[in-house]
Amino acid sequence: MSLMNAHEALGQALAEEMQRDSRVLMFGEGVATKRKDLLEAFGPQRVRNTPLAEGIIAGTAAGAAATGLRPVADLLFAPFLCFAMDGIVNSAGKLRYMSGGQFEFPMVILAMTGGGWTVGAQHNHNIEAWFVHSPGLKVVMPSTPADFKGLMKAAIRDDNPVLFFMDMALGFEPGEVPEGEWIVPLGQAAIRREGTDLTLISYAKTVHTCLAAADALAGQGLSAEVIDLRTLKPLDEATLLASVRKTGRAIVVHEAGALCGVGAEVAALLSEKAFDALKAPLVRITGPDAPAPSSYALEQAFMPQPAAIAQAGLDLVQRDALVGR
Amino acid sequence: MSPAMSSASPAPSRLDLLAAMLRIRAYEERIVAFHDEGPFPHVCTSVGQEAAAVGVVSALRPDDQILTNHRSAGHLLARGADPGRLLAEVMGRSTGYCKGKSGTLHISAKELGVILTSTIVGGELSLAPGVALSRSMLGGEGIVVCFFGDGAACEGIFHESLNLASVWNLPVLYVCENNQWQAFVHRKETMTGDHVGPWAAAYGMDHLTVDGNDVEAVLEAATCAAAQVRQTRRPFLLEASTYRQRGHMEPHDQSYVDPAEIEAWLAKDPIDRLSARLLDAGELTPQGLEALRLQAREAMNAAAAFAQASPFPDPSELTTDVYA
Repeated sequence: MSLMNAHEALGQALAEEMQRDSRVLMFGEGVATKRKDLLEAFGPQRVRNTPLAEGIIAGTAAGAAATGLRPVADLLFAPFLCFAMDGIVNSAGKLRYMSGGQFEFPMVILAMTGGGWTVGAQHNHNIEAWFVHSPGLKVVMPSTPADFKGLMKAAIRDDNPVLFFMDMALGFEPGEVPEGEWIVPLGQAAIRREGTDLTLISYAKTVHTCLAAADALAGQGLSAEVIDLRTLKPLDEATLLASVRKTGRAIVVHEAGALCGVGAEVAALLSEKAFDALKAPLVRITGPDAPAPSSYALEQAFMPQPAAIAQAGLDLVQRDALVGR
Repeated sequence: MSPAMSSASPAPSRLDLLAAMLRIRAYEERIVAFHDEGPFPHVCTSVGQEAAAVGVVSALRPDDQILTNHRSAGHLLARGADPGRLLAEVMGRSTGYCKGKSGTLHISAKELGVILTSTIVGGELSLAPGVALSRSMLGGEGIVVCFFGDGAACEGIFHESLNLASVWNLPVLYVCENNQWQAFVHRKETMTGDHVGPWAAAYGMDHLTVDGNDVEAVLEAATCAAAQVRQTRRPFLLEASTYRQRGHMEPHDQSYVDPAEIEAWLAKDPIDRLSARLLDAGELTPQGLEALRLQAREAMNAAAAFAQASPFPDPSELTTDVYA
């Protein structure tokens, strides 16, 4: 184990995978400028700067992936993916199916998002659910440096296009990261804290918000389980269902808006497959249906906060007492 | 190997070129006939553009790769595709090149090097540099040919693609089939100037505009262009000036097209022009021409029979091939 931040963990994952497999390459806006260590280790063929042109970066990743390379494309900020949607959604996500399985698209699209840096709505937009809704794609959004490394290695080795979102507020937070062959399989959630009274379900930065809320709830005598989804597609249904069958109550927390978001999907899943175990309606605590603000005060109000989650947890349990369950 | 694929060396005869164009025409006419008979999937035919397809594809080698678009039958047939499997794909049958999961618009045939067909106008332009990057990094002498139209040239991705291919020195032969129409809009409404070829100069890229209805001229230009790309590993833009003789898609509708324009271009029909040349030169008799036409029609009737007799995919195929 060694202590490093998420950016360093990603760098380690990239270096290890590029060392392991000569087909892995990385390109994007400033990749060769910012990742000098990779450039020196693997040369300008495999570590490339690109024009500021997200459409062709994504299309090039898809074309290269389908013909034998395993690209990692850095598109910087998630809202820039709007220019890259055709390459990701129409090409990488669909051409395997539409060709009757003739092609594979082993590629990773890396982008940052999330509040905390006051960059405003055209650099911060949690659009991860858009890609969950698109067939053929996988979606990852880690919360710890260890997961940034392990999930990136798994994403590079996967034969499908993987959207890898970095919550930018987590980029410089240190954490313990295992050395060497540390793989976190796609599609496996992590139980960050065990509990019995209610389940807090989240991913990325708000996992830490949920852990803080769980601390607060413990002070009130309530035991909250905290689940970190890690991969949004495929979703780890088994871990979610097992937890909610145990606790009977669930709160989903994410910074992305509520409408048609991951929380809505989790609510539907629990309603469809664990209805009998639910003691209370599912609660969602999310960012508002508004563009992400840049003012510090507004941005803090935009992001889910521990106190609101803890209060919602208390309300859920008290509701039980009121209705006599 | 198909005759077309092996034809890069030695060069195909003029009769070969004619026969290849007649096959494409007969294929598209068979689809038109299907539409006359009753409901049939929408198809974007390449009638009138056969010389561009045959001329370019005849200049390629087996290890070259082709990216094409929604108007792809000419490229596929010129590359040696089985018309039965093409029609089966159009009709959504399991014997099609994509197991019936593509339909007419997105047919890829990896075994022929016709890959990643996208019907998003400009999609082929977005994918070509990545395919060429694989060729560059994984070795081999093959080049990548990207067919697109004047409509795609007006997409922003045209600029991004040619710019990247140039700054990264990628072996892409861009082939713009300028057929004068962008779906339902004439290119005069959407472009400054008549030609796309000169736009390559902005990317430091060589270019050539050729009479796209003269198959011999296209073959000669494409042979030179492909050789340059092969040798320099740099991109090249070849524009074939041609004409879409039918509406954007079947069922046919050209009510929005000036009849004088259609008449002028029909007088330059690529098949008629080569036929006249061969008849004048004594290389072909009227009877010989009729025999070639009949042969092509019979081949397409057999292809149609194969497709019609082919089964639809099993419903269990609905969710297969989504993930690798």
